[in-house]
Amino acid sequence: MDARSIIAALTPAVPGVELQPGSATDRPTVIVPREHLLATARALRERVSPRFDVLVEVTGVDRWPAEPRFEIVYHLVATGGPEKLRLKVLLAGDDPRVTSVQAVWPSANWLEREVWDLFGVVFEEHGDLRRILMPEDWEGHPLRKDYPVQISMKPKVYEPLQLTEREFQANIVADRDARGDQRRQER
Amino acid sequence: MAFDVEIPVLTTTVEKMVNWARQGSIWPVTFGLACCAIEMMSMSASRYDIARFGAEVFRGSPRQSDLMIVAGRLSRKMAPALRRIYDQMPEPKWVISMGACASSGGVFDNYAIVQGVDQIVPVDVFVPGCPPRPESLIYGIMQLQKKIGQSKLVVKAG
Repeated sequence: MDARSIIAALTPAVPGVELQPGSATDRPTVIVPREHLLATARALRERVSPRFDVLVEVTGVDRWPAEPRFEIVYHLVATGGPEKLRLKVLLAGDDPRVTSVQAVWPSANWLEREVWDLFGVVFEEHGDLRRILMPEDWEGHPLRKDYPVQISMKPKVYEPLQLTEREFQANIVADRDARGDQRRQER
Repeated sequence: MAFDVEIPVLTTTVEKMVNWARQGSIWPVTFGLACCAIEMMSMSASRYDIARFGAEVFRGSPRQSDLMIVAGRLSRKMAPALRRIYDQMPEPKWVISMGACASSGGVFDNYAIVQGVDQIVPVDVFVPGCPPRPESLIYGIMQLQKKIGQSKLVVKAG
């Protein structure tokens, strides 16, 4: 199965889509326009044979200063066959937005959070687009090519406890009670 | 009345006695950050056998530890956690900065890594190397023992 036969199978399933084969030689690559990404993803999961039911990886490439600046890369695997597939979405630098595919492959949740964290690409309709690797109060997106990598700043030393004092005490009491029960049972 | 047998008694000062006890029972906290931790584990295992220096009891809780070996690169996100563990250790406590990354950031001259853990905790001994061999770390612990042996129990005012 090569990129052209996948495109031939996909094009009738997604109305109005124009898919292009990528230049990679290691596995079939399909370049998808971003407005058709969700429909293409759904078709790949449900309408083609074998079904591409596993989303292994979402990652990004920053081609700054070239345009289109961002490539979002999706690696798919069909567990029903030996097929692997790569999807690419090209995004302009001044509008890095793409629809989330979390509704099709739930594993996209954390993978898309990672791409958002490091490249600043917004995944619309994601629902939980928080940072996943960098600290929550971090500024900027470090894997962008124009990010100052050797930036120097004072490290943060203190972070408030995530538990409130009351929750902390409740935990201690619950733990003590549980141990008491255990001991009584041993007797 | 005179004793004609020797009584087996040594005299010393409280300070020397306490320092001797402290330097012979340094309990490190189980805390490894990166590849240096592999060398740290090797040091505590039978081949290099840090038990010879009384420091083999790696404690799972900072409440029972005297020594923190910062073994590996410290990311900025980890820094508050490291400081919290240090704050949880009871006094007296010591810190060894193990390897190039912990001491200066090493090859990781970037936004994510703290450029030297002495920005976070007070370091007693820096051990160079990338990673340091277990012998180097043992030497670092011996230097720390020397330092503990010279510490004063009472600090005179003024």
